[in-house]
Amino acid sequence: MALKKIYPTPDEAVASIPDGATIMIGGFGHAIDRPQTLLKALASRKVKNLTLISNSAGVAGKLGIGSLGGKPFIDEEVLIENGQVKKVICSVPASLVMSKPNAFERLHKEGRIELEYVPQGTLAERIRAGGAGIGGFYTPTGVGTLIEKGKEKRTIDGKEMLFEFALRADYALIRAYKADTMGNLIYRGIMRSFNAIMSQAVKVAIAEVEEIVEAGQLDPEMIVTPGIFIDRIVKIPKEEG
Amino acid sequence: MKERLSREVIALRTAKEFFDGAVVNLGGGIPIMAANFVPEGRTVIFHTENGALGFGPIPSSESEAQPHWMGANGLPFLPLPGMCFFHHADSFGMIRGGHIDITVLGALQVSEKGDLANWTFPERGVGNIGGAMDLSFCCKRVIVAMEHTTPKGELKILNECTYPITAPRRVSLIVTDIAVIAVSEAGLVLEEVAPGWTVKEVQDLTGPKLIVSKDVKEMEL
Repeated sequence: MALKKIYPTPDEAVASIPDGATIMIGGFGHAIDRPQTLLKALASRKVKNLTLISNSAGVAGKLGIGSLGGKPFIDEEVLIENGQVKKVICSVPASLVMSKPNAFERLHKEGRIELEYVPQGTLAERIRAGGAGIGGFYTPTGVGTLIEKGKEKRTIDGKEMLFEFALRADYALIRAYKADTMGNLIYRGIMRSFNAIMSQAVKVAIAEVEEIVEAGQLDPEMIVTPGIFIDRIVKIPKEEG
Repeated sequence: MKERLSREVIALRTAKEFFDGAVVNLGGGIPIMAANFVPEGRTVIFHTENGALGFGPIPSSESEAQPHWMGANGLPFLPLPGMCFFHHADSFGMIRGGHIDITVLGALQVSEKGDLANWTFPERGVGNIGGAMDLSFCCKRVIVAMEHTTPKGELKILNECTYPITAPRRVSLIVTDIAVIAVSEAGLVLEEVAPGWTVKEVQDLTGPKLIVSKDVKEMEL
């Protein structure tokens, strides 16, 4: 864990991400919970063959679903339409409006991007397990559906369950409300979502925040993400807030 | 064409299933509308997958909305005393752990046995599983709120689902624009018909043979 965590710009915060990296993209699907600043910085680089682990494959931002006033916002679609992504592991790959297909659907139809479907709760738990050093777990979700294909089944307490492996990644791009210089994070409302769990399941967690304060200025009782999980912090530029 | 109940009225009838103190998760479309029709005198604790519990209704004006108070449906909600927030692993721990009493979901198809299909169909290519599998597998009670047939008039309540299923044998009640149907071991039980509809007319738009409840009545709205 580096102690110097504050990066002056988003570009510098994502500069080390190489071709072929596996990256967790935080948030659920709202403008407030997606790491828009870091996604924009990564999209401006030429890194390719990325594998993304995210709740969605960029299904809401362009449509402005999940922002006040329907204002469009940046999500992982910016990387997908750039051709930087070879595979997405997610629960929501297709556009929320069927008549307006997203970049993922177009590329998937042409066989240019791979998909691993994961039910949302299984995705969250696979990430949590990855961050907690657990190899996998059994869950009832998906038994008797397409999701069970190729998975080990076991009956526990009279209930059929599927074995699901933990997920880990090289990087996480996440968003929080405030950070202190130790990397401790607090959130507002629904911002926790995948942000709070992805930060724990990667080699390098990069957080964008609205405000950075000195250590000691956040109430320790209120901290959601302990600082040891966070490697890099960057402040969201004002115009993107 | 015979008049059917509106989407709002389907939601209103569905909300009568919410008991006092129930923890309820509502899917998008007709289900989310049920939040506006909680019966007088009952307190319902609403859950959303993206990490909030105990929130209030959709604000009537944009000025009351906050970007960090929004549900999985993409719409803002108002705060209520006792509201709380949590991350995704806890949110689905609540779902899988059996802490959610009722989920109301939309459906493309429901089978006689209570199989639910609501995430994709062949022409769609990729579809969206989202939280629907965890919700339908793990919530204590699964209610489907939907139109009885497709806009083209195709049947949606079938002997077997033809689309990929979301969860097998999990639906317990189907509320539609013409009827309320319970799923039982013996088959589908017709409990209520919409005003102006007969048992035979509902049967004609339903795949499996309905068992007509001896107490079958007109829907009370």
